[in-house]
Amino acid sequence: MGLMEKIFTRSWGVHPRDYKRPAADAPVRVMPMPERLYLSLAQHLGAPARPAVLVGQKVKKGEKLADPQGPVSAAIHAPTSGVIAAIGEISAPHPSGLPVQAIILEADGRDEWSDALTTCDNPLGLDPDEIGRRVADAGVVGMGGATFPSALKLSSSRKAGVTTLVMNGGECEPYLSCDDRLMRDEAETIIDGIRLMLHATGAKDAIVGIEDNKPEAIAAMRKAAAAWGDVRVRPIPARYPMGSEKQLVQTLTGREIPAGALPAAVGVVVHNVGTARAVSEAVRLGRPLVSRLLTVNGGCVVAPGNVVAPVGALVEDVIAFAGGIEGSPARLVMGGPMMGVSLPHARTPVIKGTSGILALDAAQADDRREEACIRCASCARACPIQIMPLEIARHIRGNDLKGAVGLGLKDCIACGCCAYVCPAHIPLVQYFAHAKGTLAAEDRARQKAEATRKLAAARSERLAREAREKAEIAARRKAEREAAKAAAAAQSAGGMSA
Amino acid sequence: MMAVLTLTLLGAALGLALGIAGRLLAVEADADVARLEALLPGTNCGQCGFPGCAGAAAAMAAGDAPPSCCPPGGKAVALALAEKLGVSLDLSSVLDEGPKLAVVAEDLCIGCCRCLKYCPTDAILGAPKQIHNVLKEACTGCAACVEHCPTEALIIQPMPVGWQHWVMPKPAAA
Amino acid sequence: MSELLLLLISTALVNNVVLIKFLGLCPVMGVSRNLESALGMGMATTFVLTLAAAASWMLEHWLLVPFGLEFLRILTFILVIASVVQFTEMFVRKTSPGLYQALGIYLPLITTNCAVLGVSLLNVQQAHGFFWSLAYAFGSAVGFTLVLMIFAGLRERIALSRVPAAFAGAPIAFVTISLLALAFMGFSGLNV
Repeated sequence: MGLMEKIFTRSWGVHPRDYKRPAADAPVRVMPMPERLYLSLAQHLGAPARPAVLVGQKVKKGEKLADPQGPVSAAIHAPTSGVIAAIGEISAPHPSGLPVQAIILEADGRDEWSDALTTCDNPLGLDPDEIGRRVADAGVVGMGGATFPSALKLSSSRKAGVTTLVMNGGECEPYLSCDDRLMRDEAETIIDGIRLMLHATGAKDAIVGIEDNKPEAIAAMRKAAAAWGDVRVRPIPARYPMGSEKQLVQTLTGREIPAGALPAAVGVVVHNVGTARAVSEAVRLGRPLVSRLLTVNGGCVVAPGNVVAPVGALVEDVIAFAGGIEGSPARLVMGGPMMGVSLPHARTPVIKGTSGILALDAAQADDRREEACIRCASCARACPIQIMPLEIARHIRGNDLKGAVGLGLKDCIACGCCAYVCPAHIPLVQYFAHAKGTLAAEDRARQKAEATRKLAAARSERLAREAREKAEIAARRKAEREAAKAAAAAQSAGGMSA
Repeated sequence: MMAVLTLTLLGAALGLALGIAGRLLAVEADADVARLEALLPGTNCGQCGFPGCAGAAAAMAAGDAPPSCCPPGGKAVALALAEKLGVSLDLSSVLDEGPKLAVVAEDLCIGCCRCLKYCPTDAILGAPKQIHNVLKEACTGCAACVEHCPTEALIIQPMPVGWQHWVMPKPAAA
Repeated sequence: MSELLLLLISTALVNNVVLIKFLGLCPVMGVSRNLESALGMGMATTFVLTLAAAASWMLEHWLLVPFGLEFLRILTFILVIASVVQFTEMFVRKTSPGLYQALGIYLPLITTNCAVLGVSLLNVQQAHGFFWSLAYAFGSAVGFTLVLMIFAGLRERIALSRVPAAFAGAPIAFVTISLLALAFMGFSGLNV
């Protein structure tokens, strides 16, 4: 960065201690198949999947268990062979711990792949739409945590005429190292997936952005990408939230995504490196997304490291496999410490978007009492999207949500930088989450009121129509009766005259 | 004498001027009522105690009813009405019960079809001698059906909150 | 010309009708919850004040003085002010229903706003000419609007702040406006 840039570029973000090593350097361990898997039907953004199996049915590994439902949804497949034990409710991997519909699969221990998988030796010869279809069939979703159905993103970027594919290998969240590990160990597969995605989206080139605190991953990816001219690997400065779509695109391409717009607005689409691997597996081997690499880390984990776990394994089983817990964790988190969800308990399943499981000790969780805001504006300086967290939180505390939206609440990406730097320990992100949830609930209520009005109008129209039809039928009957009467009278008159 | 005359004449002149102005600047009151009625659910369920939504809108326009008088409309409708009426609304005191829903107790329903015709949104599904069901997307929890059930099989319950609709609680003030 | 300017500054700031003369406090406390309705109230009051000053000047000089009826001054002024307010109410209701709803009860209460009557009576007392009366009334109204808007802005911010329970609501508003009055006393040093 030149001097002029240093002076005129606004700094954003934070530099938290990353806690990534030693977990990142430990070799990957593969978790044995648990006896039961709990497959949530809502593992992706959008509508939950609809079960396509019956209780008691035998399934093989990779068989489809649930179909996507509606335009934004993803299929769910069996992570192992076994019997469907139940379809019911389990506790969702969510701070509320409220129930979610799930398919419960009893493993038979044989772990047999289905024979119906369609492999492909020359996927670059396939039609781009065919790649999208295979990715959709494999139930691939964004592996970075947003879990947006990948096939949809591929087809929509093709329609939008995207020119650059940005691959997110930033992994800026502290503690997490699964993308790092994946890039070190499976760089070839990832590059293959990137080239398939280039083909599917019609983008001309791909840039892989990797934070400079992962030199091994950069080296491995550079080596794998050397053979291809259209894939470039670019180290980027380690800073949180570098992995956020808008920040990553701006850093790598210099293009700024407008507020409320998608990266496609500047001709870019962003995918996670984990997604590239899943796409390659899905297209070349026909293997659906049924397991993933995730980081088990935190001060209370005995042997931190990266673990390949089947989707649907319980968090408590994954932690037990990673060596178990010592002491009492102050907080259990799914995902990263900045943006992940705090889990109320460990009896909840791993989903496709689970990038990590953290058992943080008291010092790491840092739950300190909220104090009064001293208006130091540290949060405004740290905010990567340049809104004023202190002012917005003030409006939310005063129940002035409209004012909060006016100050840019809707642009907030919930990265947590503001709460991280706040010297008064104000839970700013919680304020924003509360306000966003409340606004969404109000929106839903408005939509419901609108729908109710339509239903009421339809009903009154129906009642009017029924009354009209009844009157018409009555009038017709009456006319018929009178015609018959007249005919009878005429006949009798005729008879008389005859 | 002069004083009385002056005041009388002044009063008469001003009164006349205001009368003419009133005629010229007359506002048709119905427009207000129609605007309010458009915000109400339009189900005419009668829970507000007025004859239908039009009646409630008229009462609100006249200031006889608070904007929070529509239970099925909930917070969203109350807020919209309060904005239209230009009054501030104390939400904390009135409506914190959340949305409601009618549920059929399957062991009590005898399939008499009586409730069907009272539902303002056609949310109850049923056929003679079949257990009825309530479509939860269409039900407003207005309770119009409850009193018509001979076996008390219709129960009004709070709408269950799914994890997707869960709202993070506001941090407790320090 | 410069005298007119001085008169406007003097009425709006130095002899501010609200904070120095303490006239028209009711709407200042009542309609200062948000900036938008404060502005509306200020505009309505400006309109009424200026119009009432003109009407009362005509009344004074064409009716009361020629017929020697000065003892009816207050009575007739109130009559005229009430009519002007009624007219304003009808006008606002027709042209801006939203503002009409926002002003609510305070719009008809301009009738009893002592600033309106006070300014009309001061005009007579200080024997202003017609245009001088208009300028005096307009300047006072601008001062009124200014204070109303400053106070509304302050109250909007106070509403979002943590106020000790004992001070919440009206007490903190009174504390604020008394500080504002102290600040306005600083203008007396202008010496115009």
